[in-house]
Amino acid sequence: MSVGIVSYGAYVPKYRIKIDEIARLWGDDADILKSGLMVYEKSVPDVDEDTATIAVEAARAAISRSDIDAKRIGAVYTGSESHPYAVKPTSTIVAEASGATPVLTAADFEFACKAGTAAVQACMGLVSSGMIDLGLAIGADVAQGAPGDALEYTAAAGGVAYIIGNKESELVAVIEDTFSFTTDTPDFWRREGMPYPEHGGRFTGEPGYFKHVTNAAKGLMEKMHTKPSDYDFAVFHQPNGKFPSRVASMLGFSKEQINPGLVVPRLGNTYSGSCMIGIAATLDQAKPGDRIFATAFGSGAGGDAFSIRVTDRIEELRDRAPKVEELLANPVYVDYSRYARHKGKIKVA
Amino acid sequence: MSVARFWRNQIARYNLVGTKCKKCGEHFYPPRNMCPACRRDGQIEDFKFNGHGEVLTFTIIHTAAEGFENQTPYVLGIIKLQEGPSLTCQIICEPESVYIGMKVKPVFRKLGQDGERGMIYYGNKFIPEQC
Repeated sequence: MSVGIVSYGAYVPKYRIKIDEIARLWGDDADILKSGLMVYEKSVPDVDEDTATIAVEAARAAISRSDIDAKRIGAVYTGSESHPYAVKPTSTIVAEASGATPVLTAADFEFACKAGTAAVQACMGLVSSGMIDLGLAIGADVAQGAPGDALEYTAAAGGVAYIIGNKESELVAVIEDTFSFTTDTPDFWRREGMPYPEHGGRFTGEPGYFKHVTNAAKGLMEKMHTKPSDYDFAVFHQPNGKFPSRVASMLGFSKEQINPGLVVPRLGNTYSGSCMIGIAATLDQAKPGDRIFATAFGSGAGGDAFSIRVTDRIEELRDRAPKVEELLANPVYVDYSRYARHKGKIKVA
Repeated sequence: MSVARFWRNQIARYNLVGTKCKKCGEHFYPPRNMCPACRRDGQIEDFKFNGHGEVLTFTIIHTAAEGFENQTPYVLGIIKLQEGPSLTCQIICEPESVYIGMKVKPVFRKLGQDGERGMIYYGNKFIPEQC
């Protein structure tokens, strides 16, 4: 029995701030930052946007793309590290605003940047077991970066929703298999009640990102007896442009394979949405029969790898909702003062 | 706004759900449970609006009520939905770009919150159709 993607939908706020503008405020060298991070601008949420509103917009786009009856959705899982409430699910808001309530299960997921792909895996299990008809898995974030911290140059806003099902005729892509690699690694964290995350600086690279992404990716290819050349496209978690480019090279994937899904230079790091938006951008361009290799990474730390095969149905559904490239087009640029206002970085007495 | 007061209208606010009189075809938003024309002969049923409409009129808020200070200047307008009813709502666009007759569509946004500790209220606002 196949399990896979019935539909998908992405959402990116229309505002952007350029790296040059953030560097200007903090006196950093923008050219060094841009060439080092391979990020040139990042998305900024509107004053009235948060993870819940972004998740709802992505979910509505996914539902309208496939025109499914939302009542068929039996599980809503929203992965994020910026849920608006500490206690009260984002997923109930999404379920209600998507028209999926009340006969469903719902919960919020948190695993740094890979909470969304963990939600996809949970939905795959529920769908495969026959417990539910369709599952809605979302990765969305309004990522936090403390003013002046290195994270501020990349922490962006956006989200993507995937409807997971197992009726072969409905699938735009079959998820052929998945493999995860997880250890307890303190590379990035945010304590309860703290507004901004902390990170281990250079420690985040090798023992965090590279170890978990390479092990998850290699594990899946060993399990499936596949190799990088078997895939038309590859997507890796995109905290910046440098990490996914380097890990692709380490694993034997080419620039041509990762470029269609490498949206971080113009979007920034959407955390739980990061890898999943890359997959959506790739689905926007893929042809029936193409294979996509994807690996998400979440600090803390773990990697989720997926092997995806695109079906004929992609041609029918692709244009029914905004593509990632359309969401990235024609942004409205803001300066740091407006960015600070949108992000609530200025507290009014 | 009290938690219960918002919750009672939550579905209508989240999904633009109103009502329709099956007898005369009139649509209502916010939902009415009696048709003012057909009275006791009316047949009221739930109706989900597609959300597309146009700006009937608007104003630009420079001095906002408590909780909205960080959004000024912003546009508040009356939107006429395609099916007929009108509603007052925030329009998300640059104030200089709004005009009467502008086609709009709904987006899901934060409507407000009870300070740092209270509920966050969500619902639909409108953006220009070409966004």
